[in-house]
Amino acid sequence: MKAAVITFPGSNCDLDLFHALADLDFEPTVVSAQTTDLSNYDAIFLPGGFSYGDYLRSGAIARFAPVMAAVSQAAADGKIVVGICNGFQILTEAGLLPGQLFGNEQPGFICDEVDLLIDNSNTTYTNAYADSRIKIPIAHGEGNYYVDSATLAEMEANHQIVFRYADNPNGSVANIAGVMNLAGNVFGMMPHPERAVDAITGNTDGHPFFKSILQTLGMAVGRK
Amino acid sequence: MTTSRLKELTPQQILDSKLYLQWGLTEEEYQLIVTELDRLPNFTETGIFSGMWSEHVSYKKSKAVLRKFWSQNERVLQGPGEGAGILDIGDHQAVVFKAESHNHPSFVEPYEGAATGVGGILRDIFSMGAQPIAVLDSLRFGELNNAHTKHLVDGVVAGIAGYGNAIGIPTVGGEMAFDDVYAGNPLVNVMAVGLMDQATMQVGQAKGVGNAIIYVGAKTGRDGMNGASFASAEFSSQEKADRAAVQVGDPFLEKLVMDTTLMAIRDHADIIVGIQDMGAAGLLSSSAEMADKAGMGIELNLDLVPQRETGMIPYELMLSESQERMLLVVKAGQESKILDLFRENNLDAQMIGTVTDNGRYVLNFQDKVVADLPLRFLTHPLEPKLAEQKPKRLENFIKSQYQPDVSDLTATIKQLIGQTTIASKASLFRHFDSMVRADTVIKPGGDASLVRIRGTKKALAMTTDVNGRYLYLDPKKGGQMAVAEAARNIVATGALPIGITDCLNFGSPDNPEVYYELNQAVAGINSMAKLLNTPVISGNVSLYNETDGQPIYPTPMIGMVGLLADVEQALTIGFKKASDLIYLVGATKDSFTGTEIQKMQTGKITGQLFDFNAEDELAAQKLVLQANQAGYLASAHDLAEGGLAVALLEASFTGHLGFKIQTQLPAKYLFSETPSRFIVTVPASCQSAFEALAGKQAQYLGTVVDSDDLQLETSEEIVHLSRAELQKIYQESITWQLKD
Repeated sequence: MKAAVITFPGSNCDLDLFHALADLDFEPTVVSAQTTDLSNYDAIFLPGGFSYGDYLRSGAIARFAPVMAAVSQAAADGKIVVGICNGFQILTEAGLLPGQLFGNEQPGFICDEVDLLIDNSNTTYTNAYADSRIKIPIAHGEGNYYVDSATLAEMEANHQIVFRYADNPNGSVANIAGVMNLAGNVFGMMPHPERAVDAITGNTDGHPFFKSILQTLGMAVGRK
Repeated sequence: MTTSRLKELTPQQILDSKLYLQWGLTEEEYQLIVTELDRLPNFTETGIFSGMWSEHVSYKKSKAVLRKFWSQNERVLQGPGEGAGILDIGDHQAVVFKAESHNHPSFVEPYEGAATGVGGILRDIFSMGAQPIAVLDSLRFGELNNAHTKHLVDGVVAGIAGYGNAIGIPTVGGEMAFDDVYAGNPLVNVMAVGLMDQATMQVGQAKGVGNAIIYVGAKTGRDGMNGASFASAEFSSQEKADRAAVQVGDPFLEKLVMDTTLMAIRDHADIIVGIQDMGAAGLLSSSAEMADKAGMGIELNLDLVPQRETGMIPYELMLSESQERMLLVVKAGQESKILDLFRENNLDAQMIGTVTDNGRYVLNFQDKVVADLPLRFLTHPLEPKLAEQKPKRLENFIKSQYQPDVSDLTATIKQLIGQTTIASKASLFRHFDSMVRADTVIKPGGDASLVRIRGTKKALAMTTDVNGRYLYLDPKKGGQMAVAEAARNIVATGALPIGITDCLNFGSPDNPEVYYELNQAVAGINSMAKLLNTPVISGNVSLYNETDGQPIYPTPMIGMVGLLADVEQALTIGFKKASDLIYLVGATKDSFTGTEIQKMQTGKITGQLFDFNAEDELAAQKLVLQANQAGYLASAHDLAEGGLAVALLEASFTGHLGFKIQTQLPAKYLFSETPSRFIVTVPASCQSAFEALAGKQAQYLGTVVDSDDLQLETSEEIVHLSRAELQKIYQESITWQLKD
């Protein structure tokens, strides 16, 4: 499966995501944010980092990057589009996912490993998980997810909430850690599954996340 | 158009007003310049000498001491004198590391001071051609009992986070301690580690007549003006802090500069002659040092320097310490390849001059020559001969060891575990991204941090350490012990110590007692470095850490790197499973003067420091390494501040397991800080093999238990402690003290 990892100026988790995908038998390519054509890829990944420095609201500049038209097109075509951390912020800024990420309730960057509850195990991103409670690293200063209550009610009704924090670290509405669009092909989360794919670094709970995506696409799951 | 606020005095006015004294030059130095030039130096030239001859740039007062460092062994590919030192780690790979201090700016402007400290040291690493892979921070503050210190802690932590997190290099470790002597002079030391293929090694040299001097990165502004001179003077509470001397950082820009520089080295190594970052004294020192190292001259056209502000004068352009700037020397005729690459990545890039062979440092500005100086003279200030004298306090110390009062063992432990030096710093370290790059095996909170090298079985262990109290009581022994403890940190992860960087934080070297401390500390560091085969390959000196004549404790921060051949053999501090056997490696002695418990019980540190035996140290380290390689160990933790009691508790907290311990010694020995000790745990299946290997070097203490109960039996009593209760104190103490 061909996966594009979009690197914006200031992205810093692009290589981590690349390695996680490569180790799990995706065929990843790191693609510049200047690219305007993503038609060759089956799935698009927007990595974490500080795109364009994020000196404004996180993701607010990246949404205007040349690649974003192609990302929107891929989303409209039903391809899998995944945003992690800053990638999630960019997808909400671009209007491809509902909601908005604000500064953490208690201001400041937090790096930790937190427990997530899988709210919807029947998604492209969670179908390979055996447990409903997993541990995934977080590293963000603006991870406080907000949607208005009407939208939240719709999202709940449509099972668009994929992950919730077991112990809310940033003030997110309804403890939300990861959400998808109505069609289920666009997904964003603040925690970093790509940092949890290797036993030597202490955590492999991110592995089923990527495996789920492969399974959904009917690809053989392997691990180099 | 903005014009400079600075008025350029005439050479005669400089002489008459003695402006050079304000800029840190001495009368003698100024006269030497006049004699050498055979004329009065102009405004720009006087500024150039003040920057280049500052201690921060020239090391004129510390060079004699630094030359004594042992810095060569079979691994050393690059020793001191370049951006960073380089060690061979096999497979044609090399590790690059260096530490740097940003003490003065962090006191004045903690956020930017600390942030630009991270930025500066990273540039040192990637200018050598290495990809930075980790950052560690060694921080010292006053006690957390006043609002200003809390403001400094918050600002420094936020600054490190703001810069390091954004650039995407993990902050994997470091340490933090608090003591009143640092209240007016906090220490912000940052160590960075990089990884490279040996083939891409670069040095900061300007060779080859006619080669191009290329400026890349951020534009030059009026920030950090003459920061090097600022960093080379003491503080006084009477004078207002000089905020204009502090630089402002932009981690986004630095990431672009870093990625593009590494790309340039990868793709254009054949045309890049040298690279150096613009650090202290900015464009001036980087250009002068590169030409001097190659034995050449240099000529720059300052009109071509990318500028952020209008009306800048040559003094400002040369002495600005604007961040995120690099200087490259590129083969003549090939400039466009480099210029194009940087410009494609939205960075300024400009050819601003050429390498000459006349040994002159020449600056042109608006069609005039504004400086024309002999380069070698400029880069070699007089090295003043400094007086040294053994501090009086060392003569007057009481010889006998302090004896702690441990009549209530439970209360003593509870109090000790909440002391700022001992308590967990996790609530502060969690602001740093320790995991980005996804290679961090041991995160902050271990004895040393461990970063795997992807694609190999290897991992690099890294640590920073020093206990200024020990050096205050005995500078030489304290220096030895700082190296020994850093090595113990490394060994406790299973890795072999391979090299050292340092930040020598001291008071004013013009004070003979401080100069004595500096000399003795370096002698101690050196002797232990040789024994451990860990050469000192890079480092930094931060002098004048004193306010109103009161110096800090001598605090030579030791940054050490170790190599672990097989990352699967990594050891961590936490207990692993119930029924594992707990052993103490190394003998416990009457070592209480200079300890945490002395400070806690008396409020001060005084007396004659306890003994340190280098042979015992080597033997303990060797045993732990051997036992681990043989597969006998489940965990290891080195003993440091707070002694055996604190080490046991930390292993218990981290492993979420209890212990049952029995020792034949009286309770006070739980707090002895005898060096050269570890606690290790051994699975029952390895008991006899481990005991056979260890012999009398290890003493059985007890077992790991799966409960909240911590049972401590001494020759005097048995106490039961609650792990949950103690852990709460340990984890929350710093947070509580930071609140108002």
